[in-house]
Amino acid sequence: MKIKLASLVLGAVVGVSAATAASAATLDDVKARGELLCGVSTGVAGFAAKDDSGNWGGVDVDVCKAVAAAVLGDAGKVKYVPTTSKERFTALQSGEVDLLSRVTTWTFSRDVKLGFEFTGVNYYDGQGFMVKKSLGVTSALQLDGATVCVQTGTTTELNLADYFRTNNMTYKAVNVETADESVENYVNNACDVYTTDSSALAAQRSGLADPSAHLVLPEIISKEPLGPLVRHGDNQWGDVVRWSLNAMVIAEEKGVTMANVDEMKGSNDPEIKRLLGSDGDMGAQLGLSADWAYQIVKQVGNYGESFEAHIGVNTPIGLDRGLNQLWTKGGILYAPPMR
Amino acid sequence: MSDVTANQSNLRVLGGGIAPRPAPATTVGVVGWLRENLFSSLLNTILTILSLILLYFTVPPIIEWAFLDAFWTSFDYDGNGEIGRNDCRVEVLDADGKAINAVRGACWMFVAERWEQLLFGDFFKDGSLLRPTLAFIGLFIAVAPMLFDQVPGRNVLLLFAVVYPLLAIWLLSGTGIGIYYELVYLGLIVSILPFLFPHMPMREPLTKFARIYPLLAVVLIAASFFVSADGLTLVPGILTSVDTHLWGGLLLTMVIGVVGIVLSLPIGVVLALGRRSHMPAVKLLCVIFIEFIRGVPLITLLFMASNMLPLFFPEGYDFDKLVRALIVVVMFSAAYMAEVIRGGLQAIPKGQYEAADALGLSYWKSMYLIILPQALKIVIPGIVNSFIGLFKDTTLVLIIGLFDILNTAKLALTDAKWIGSVKEAYAFVALVYFIFCFAMSRYSIWLEGKLETGHKR
Repeated sequence: MKIKLASLVLGAVVGVSAATAASAATLDDVKARGELLCGVSTGVAGFAAKDDSGNWGGVDVDVCKAVAAAVLGDAGKVKYVPTTSKERFTALQSGEVDLLSRVTTWTFSRDVKLGFEFTGVNYYDGQGFMVKKSLGVTSALQLDGATVCVQTGTTTELNLADYFRTNNMTYKAVNVETADESVENYVNNACDVYTTDSSALAAQRSGLADPSAHLVLPEIISKEPLGPLVRHGDNQWGDVVRWSLNAMVIAEEKGVTMANVDEMKGSNDPEIKRLLGSDGDMGAQLGLSADWAYQIVKQVGNYGESFEAHIGVNTPIGLDRGLNQLWTKGGILYAPPMR
Repeated sequence: MSDVTANQSNLRVLGGGIAPRPAPATTVGVVGWLRENLFSSLLNTILTILSLILLYFTVPPIIEWAFLDAFWTSFDYDGNGEIGRNDCRVEVLDADGKAINAVRGACWMFVAERWEQLLFGDFFKDGSLLRPTLAFIGLFIAVAPMLFDQVPGRNVLLLFAVVYPLLAIWLLSGTGIGIYYELVYLGLIVSILPFLFPHMPMREPLTKFARIYPLLAVVLIAASFFVSADGLTLVPGILTSVDTHLWGGLLLTMVIGVVGIVLSLPIGVVLALGRRSHMPAVKLLCVIFIEFIRGVPLITLLFMASNMLPLFFPEGYDFDKLVRALIVVVMFSAAYMAEVIRGGLQAIPKGQYEAADALGLSYWKSMYLIILPQALKIVIPGIVNSFIGLFKDTTLVLIIGLFDILNTAKLALTDAKWIGSVKEAYAFVALVYFIFCFAMSRYSIWLEGKLETGHKR
């Protein structure tokens, strides 16, 4: 027999501080629960989407899976909590989710003012433009006087205004509420150009009647580093999420893949040895088992594998690695050394 | 007898030898109908022609898209090992006469591949599809005797209807709602029985039970707060438990819609009566409740329930998200329902109230026997209006991360292989909504006709 009401009243009195209580020792909570509560989006192609059999998949989802693999040893032990863009921060704050991995741009105010901690970047996005090939335009600088389809109330709208003003160009905006409507307008020639984040542009282009008739222009006009975030103040949990993501990047850098991870365990490379737990006590320092990173690579794959499986050139979305290539290969993906 | 014969012979005499002439060809048959209904004046003729032109430009393309050019069955046409929108691409010529692969007609494969999710959400991942299907069938069996009084075996079906909610919860969740609430509910059924069956045996003790039932219910509910009885339940534990976060699609739409509709009507009646009550405290409470709820958008209330409430609960006190949404939806629609019903109450002439008082009826009896039957009849269109609105409002639960049928369809559109199937998804969801809303609307018209007693205002 336990007295439920007493604790209920107490909780109500303590009020909002209950929220901060949820932020202490998330790692222990997750271990005790045996399940990771991961906040994802309500559907963004290639980042978090459900397949025909109802399983979540995407690069954001892979972050959840990686953390679950590292902490619980099983990438399947995740309960996905779909959150809307309005609800996402309160969900994290109230402890409804342990971790938020849903195409959220890392900005100063979110990091500092809202009291969250971004634990890395899993996709460097940026706003781009899509035009019909028949328009004959090859650069965004040729768009003077164009009509542009853009979603209202987004930073996209502001970036667009800034970009055209900076370059002394004029445009006419066709504002609508949703992405679907924007695409419909664009297809029906209500505008010449469609602008949104370039990853979304690529996804929507793939769904058009004839994708090859449309072109995504090379200019990227804004910085949108997307990454997972956790509550401020629980540094241990923040470290676990940060290094789960870093482990995926380091694994790619060192050529450790889902297929060869077992044989890589016997590698002589000291960083691979530390990564896979055959040397050092990295796992114990994080409060995890020694094979935490091995489980990530074994069950989820390295960063490149995750990228290629969900948004890479061989998927319908067909995104180029671009900025998200390793620093050794011309991108800016750079994980701190594991030592 | 003889009168009739006389009349007939009279007729024969009057009719004489001239047979009645048929009506002019232009006023009967197809031509007559057309002349009267479509071309009766210059304005009507113009409108008819304009409508025909409009139909000519809209109907054939829709039929072409939805039926003639459509792909109906799932088949991996492009041979890439999976079924996706690309399988619906055919070779067509673009504006420059160049051959391209484009999707021309509707790609119904999308619905065919996704119907389980569209109807049941993730239910099939943990439980079997049989369970929600049975719950759906049970719903129709339970609702039939309430909607139509000519159903054979109506009394037995009504009995099924009162047990149905518990049965549905058990089928869907796999677990009960906890022993306290189950007892509360069973008590409710037992106290309703003597009213349903006036000639049943043991009616007398049951009526007595019904009198003390409210007190019993309060005690049980209070007990549930103080003495935890986790895991104790009356339902057999033979089904695997399915968490409500796996519910989705049409199932979720129906759960929210049906619970909202069933609970909002009685609560709305009570609120409407309370608002017209002569007791100041009751009146004030009802007015505050109704005006507060009506002054705030549903989406705000849902957001509050989902995000603010957990901040005030102690850690680990998890209050099911779906239950929170249900409470909000019921409160919201009850407030609107109350105002609709109040409109009906005000339309009843004062004489009816006075007559009820003159007969010496108590307040409740006069309401139950005289006022409400008339008031509710008047506001049937308003009530059904609210129900239809409520049914369509259920889609707002996306704001708290629940996926009803519309949002399940939208989510499916973000699967890389189905991107672009926007029209198919929306057309399917629109069809489902239309079926339910149109059925409700037709039922309300039928019911109005049935209850018509010549007092039409």
